[in-house]
Amino acid sequence: MNESKKFVQGNQACVEGALYAGLDFFAGYPITPSTEIAELLSDRLPRVGGKFIQMEDEIASLCAIIGASLTGRKVMTATSGPGFSLMQEALGYAVMGEIPCVIVDVQRGGPSTGIPTHGSQGDINQARWGTHGDHAIIAMTASNHQDVFEVTVEAFNLAETYRTPVILLFDEVVGHMREPLLIPEPGAIPLVDRLRTSVKKGVDYHPYLPREDGRLPMSDFGGVHRYNVTGLFHDMWGFPSSEPRVVHGLLRHLVDKLENRANLIARYKEYYMEDAEHVLISYGSAARSARHVVENRRMRGDNLGLIELQTLWPFPDDIIREKCARAKSVIVVELNMGQILREVKLAVDEPDKVFLANRIDGVFITPPDIMNILRLIRGKGV
Amino acid sequence: MAVKDYLRERFFPHLWCPGCGHGMVLNGLLRAVEKLGMSKNEIVMVSGIGCSARITGYVDFHTLHTIHGRALAFATGVKMSRPELNLIVPMGDGDALAIGGNHFIHAARRNIDITAIVMNNRIYGMTGGQFSPLSGFGIRATTAPFSNIDYEFDVVKLAKAAGATFVARTTSYHVQEISDIIRKAILHDGFSVVEILSQCPTYFGRKNKAGDAVDMVKWFKKNTTPHGSKAKQENADLIERGIFVEEERPEYCSEYDKIVERVQTQGRI
Repeated sequence: MNESKKFVQGNQACVEGALYAGLDFFAGYPITPSTEIAELLSDRLPRVGGKFIQMEDEIASLCAIIGASLTGRKVMTATSGPGFSLMQEALGYAVMGEIPCVIVDVQRGGPSTGIPTHGSQGDINQARWGTHGDHAIIAMTASNHQDVFEVTVEAFNLAETYRTPVILLFDEVVGHMREPLLIPEPGAIPLVDRLRTSVKKGVDYHPYLPREDGRLPMSDFGGVHRYNVTGLFHDMWGFPSSEPRVVHGLLRHLVDKLENRANLIARYKEYYMEDAEHVLISYGSAARSARHVVENRRMRGDNLGLIELQTLWPFPDDIIREKCARAKSVIVVELNMGQILREVKLAVDEPDKVFLANRIDGVFITPPDIMNILRLIRGKGV
Repeated sequence: MAVKDYLRERFFPHLWCPGCGHGMVLNGLLRAVEKLGMSKNEIVMVSGIGCSARITGYVDFHTLHTIHGRALAFATGVKMSRPELNLIVPMGDGDALAIGGNHFIHAARRNIDITAIVMNNRIYGMTGGQFSPLSGFGIRATTAPFSNIDYEFDVVKLAKAAGATFVARTTSYHVQEISDIIRKAILHDGFSVVEILSQCPTYFGRKNKAGDAVDMVKWFKKNTTPHGSKAKQENADLIERGIFVEEERPEYCSEYDKIVERVQTQGRI
């Protein structure tokens, strides 16, 4: 098969990316605005020898894919805010058991049932801290369908590399919008398969003893090594332990394996940043309007630049600090009350020069909305 | 293979209290597996949270100790992706039927080939003796200090109504029966439910003046009778034991495999 061009919804771009990455097990529950992902996969997966199951709720959906992942499958579930809330406990289990999986949250407005058919980016901090306890997590997003495709492939690669859940924080606008998608030919984007143990049958296999590089080779359930997986703190056998040394060592391992690699994991795009005096930072659908503003103002000689984040967690502090060091002002454009604004303020040397351009009324932020805020920040009135 | 070869002796002693009935369930379960001559590599045991759930740590199978109430959901994912594996899911009464009640009825409805074992000691033991949805009216517990006004589920009726194709009940007194029933449940192609009444002398026994472990086990002997027996007709209060449902219905994973085959050979169907 060669590369192919399709005119699709963002949700389908995600499906195409997942299948390209080798997805072969999906469990889900219907919820607006993510439902198309489940619908499409119920049709596509059996054709490629994969499995689809509609579970009784979102809790069961995430639990089912975690179980499937342990047998060696590449797995995914998709939901929106209320469903993502239900998934939080099982998400922590995947973190603790170090079980690769991809969770798509096509964001709608919240809290609660909120505004199901309108876009929002209100779940950014939920992705970071929704499950209880200290932990690290990877969360990514994208603003257009080509990037949705690529970021989805990357999510699977990262999940398998680091043995972690990866959250894809898309939003209703990107999920339901239609635009062209070019599906690269197989092999054009490298795929990561999980590291499997080379320990032979009959020799002791320690499922939770990290190698020197911090990675844990896996053994599929049903294979020759039998071991225990638990959400409790556990020793190298996977057996529960409350030994302080074991508890401390495991928590540090879970956090360090991602936080220490934040720069490596970080994925972002830059527009006109070489000489930018005013830097816009945006992500997901909001970044489309931000990019429009930057390109438009550049034509009028205004030195605006844009950093479009694709990795939201771990937050790329070092990169943001460095890129914003010479900026007169930094404007975070997002569809929430300042969830990434706060991270940017923490990262930069001069937090007072960081401003927010947002909308929280369920309406997509437009270039004029951003321009109005820019004029205010620069003392030019509305 | 000897029964003890199925144990992970490295992790003993176990954490169950002296007199707990869960060891009898473990014993019966391993004897069933031994009798079937199953390889340890073909069994995946999935549990939730609670005293019962710790059973997974002690057996030398592929073991998954998950979160409270969701064991059947995890097991569904394992089974669906590797249908050739045998899934055994031991659960406590609160685990299976309070927090996990929804997954219980839906797994039964799908008729997915999983052996669910409800280790029913009618109490939350791990958290110190609160009433569960199987405790029943009039029972005392740390959260029912003036006696419980919650009625209990009848697991057999519930499982049957939800669509389980194998439903049985026995008790920790009837050790031979535990092993026989679990063996049949594992062999059954579909969702099987085995309720095993088990004693918790530490919490249920003390709170309800039920005596020590021996008294509680004797109570099971005295107050139960084989399903369909004459004794039940004479004394309606007796709890019936045995196999209540054993029927054939297409199993979920086999049906999905048929869809895969049809789609792959005929395209759109």
